[in-house]
Amino acid sequence: MNFEFSADQMQLKDIARKFLEKEESVKRARTVLEGEESFDKDLWSQVTEMGFTATAIPEEYGGLGLGYLELCVIAEELGRSLAPTPFSSSVYLATEAILQGNDDSVKEAFLPGLASGDKIGAFAHSESNTSPTETNISCSYKDGNLSGTKIAVVDGDIADFYVVSAKNGSSVGLYLVEGSSSGIEVNQQPTLDPSRSHASVSFDNTPCSELKSDWSDVLNLLDRAAVLFAFEQLGGAEACMDMAKEYAMGRYAFGRSIASFQAIKHKLADMYIAVELARSNCYYGAWALSTDAPELPTAAATCRVSASQAYHECSKENIQTHGGMGFTWEFDCHLYYRRCRQLAANIGSQSIWKDKLISSLERANQI
Amino acid sequence: MDFNDTPEEAKFRKEAFEWLKANAPLKEGPKDGWRAASEEDGLKEVKVWQKKLHEAGWACMHWPKAFGGRESTPIERVIWGQEVSKFKVPGGYLEIGQGMAGPVMMMYATEEQKERYLPPLATGEEIWCQLFSEPAAGSDVAGIKTKAELDGDTWTINGQKVWTSGAHFSDYGILVTRSDPSAPKHKGLTFFFVDMKSPGIEVKPIKQISGGANFNEVYFTDVKIPDSQRLGAIGDGWKVSLTTLMNERLAVGDASGPDFEEAFSLARGQDLNGKLAIENDAVREKLADWYCQQSGLKYAKYRNISALSRGETPGPQSSITKIVSGNKLQEVANFGLDILDSAGIIRTDEAGAEQSMYQYGFYGAAGIRIAGGTDEILKNIISEQVLGMPQDMRADKGIPFNEIPSGNK
Repeated sequence: MNFEFSADQMQLKDIARKFLEKEESVKRARTVLEGEESFDKDLWSQVTEMGFTATAIPEEYGGLGLGYLELCVIAEELGRSLAPTPFSSSVYLATEAILQGNDDSVKEAFLPGLASGDKIGAFAHSESNTSPTETNISCSYKDGNLSGTKIAVVDGDIADFYVVSAKNGSSVGLYLVEGSSSGIEVNQQPTLDPSRSHASVSFDNTPCSELKSDWSDVLNLLDRAAVLFAFEQLGGAEACMDMAKEYAMGRYAFGRSIASFQAIKHKLADMYIAVELARSNCYYGAWALSTDAPELPTAAATCRVSASQAYHECSKENIQTHGGMGFTWEFDCHLYYRRCRQLAANIGSQSIWKDKLISSLERANQI
Repeated sequence: MDFNDTPEEAKFRKEAFEWLKANAPLKEGPKDGWRAASEEDGLKEVKVWQKKLHEAGWACMHWPKAFGGRESTPIERVIWGQEVSKFKVPGGYLEIGQGMAGPVMMMYATEEQKERYLPPLATGEEIWCQLFSEPAAGSDVAGIKTKAELDGDTWTINGQKVWTSGAHFSDYGILVTRSDPSAPKHKGLTFFFVDMKSPGIEVKPIKQISGGANFNEVYFTDVKIPDSQRLGAIGDGWKVSLTTLMNERLAVGDASGPDFEEAFSLARGQDLNGKLAIENDAVREKLADWYCQQSGLKYAKYRNISALSRGETPGPQSSITKIVSGNKLQEVANFGLDILDSAGIIRTDEAGAEQSMYQYGFYGAAGIRIAGGTDEILKNIISEQVLGMPQDMRADKGIPFNEIPSGNK
């Protein structure tokens, strides 16, 4: 049994971690949160120079031709450090959508730019305050043009192109729209996590090309991305656990370190349990993603739910462990609390993923 | 990343499977398993099976060959466990002796004693129990009061032990006592092994909430133990106890009972308010939670096995197993009974009845969350030993034991 990352992959993880620490990624997340910029351009250019965006893109398209296991360890570190870059939108969603597409000319046109970071892609899926489904998506494709409005498009204001879910007659597929096309209106939307920019994007007879034609393709894209998002969530959850522990160890009340109180110790033990369950499930997801296993829908939903739960547990209890200081703007606790919510919302809610998990088990009967 | 054996592991697995196939029936399904008609029958069957294992070299696999073991690597033990789980073979009765008494004897007994007592543990001829907990010393197990007094080279033991599994059919027991009540709590303890047929030992079964009796109270009245049966130095009993407590924590695994699969299959066949329970969103959410917990434990175990396979020490992730599985079992059992509506309350022992499994889980989980370290003690262990947080402030530190309040006041 070899259910672990390899020494090389662990080394890559270590490199990513040290790089993001040295670049003070968390501090940069705060700067983006407080400032006018949509993302940290300097960090983004360094991330792309490190080759992180090129990780899973084949060499023939300008990528490094590594695998998804490598991308998973990078995702964990980006999550741990709250990296304020469009990595998740551009890599987990836009790049994946193009890689999964059938059109070589599209791959040739887009993948080298995505690998180098010159191009940023975003995924436009949500339309209202309910989960997008095969039947409720109203954005529509007709004769090479797209019309409709998407909301909460992460990195929608900075994207060079969009991957858009839209209906074509009775089916829902994925369409690619260049940002420079006609009939696009982009409006930044304020969110609970201003360290990641969001926008509404409207299309009015905007020229586009078809990437994938079926709803199952949309679901597959979400499954693949879910594993990578889960790794970001895992990294964030573990960062919160570490922060809470460190603070408790150095905080004294009633004449002793608060880390010596069972109420705090058991809180930390609960965080550890959540993180270890999430980590183990994330490994399962990583295995399924990297081997194109038929279990991917189950594994993706499992690690997505588990990592969302762990991040929620750890980010809220981190604030609680910090007491009043945890509620201040000055401390970093809220940056994680916000990002936890942002990542939980990004590709669909907890209830939806739980439902998907049970549906996939019903389908596969693989129990 | 893969789930495959190395060539050596595959070879070992094949050898294990083939021997098992020649000597035991395969299980017919995941929930099929060996069950004895009575405790007495079970003990007999276990002894026969253990003798067979021993003769073929599959007993106490990590022990030295001289004591009946195989000198196997940790990964070989894991593989053996995986292969055994495919067969209907007798089990139980021997774990405490082989898993806790054996290691402590190996560390502290004389060569002569090891030669006398270890081989019959490996062959299953002799059964051992562990005499640690007391009515006033459960989680705080160092707070035991059973008195040991030395006169010449003989000790006299007086006191009471509790929660002793298998005391009524054990040949020997490992025993921790208080030899110096004026010393601080952890300092005045002394460790022995004792012949359970010694005069003055009385074993009384404890009736549990399930109605069954898997544990005992063991009373010691002027029980004589020769000093040669002391393990470790006088006053070093806590140090010796830790050897077995560490082994106990390693031995405690998944809570057995209905799990996700059972709840899932129940929900798919059971009507709830006019439609199948599986179509109820609240049911689906719960099922998803349990699946994630079960899956997390499964893959944490795979991570452990991978570390063993590389010859590394596994990480601390297995420390979460009992807490997660015990609580999950309690919730799944409650769910199973709830889904059966009022019928869930009707007691049945009928094998195979849907209620029966959940009713056993309903009782069993309440015990599992306590046995072998309560949830609370395990959380202390995680926070202290895994996360490196400080120990609780202790009110009894440095105080002579006989001045510390304990038990129920």
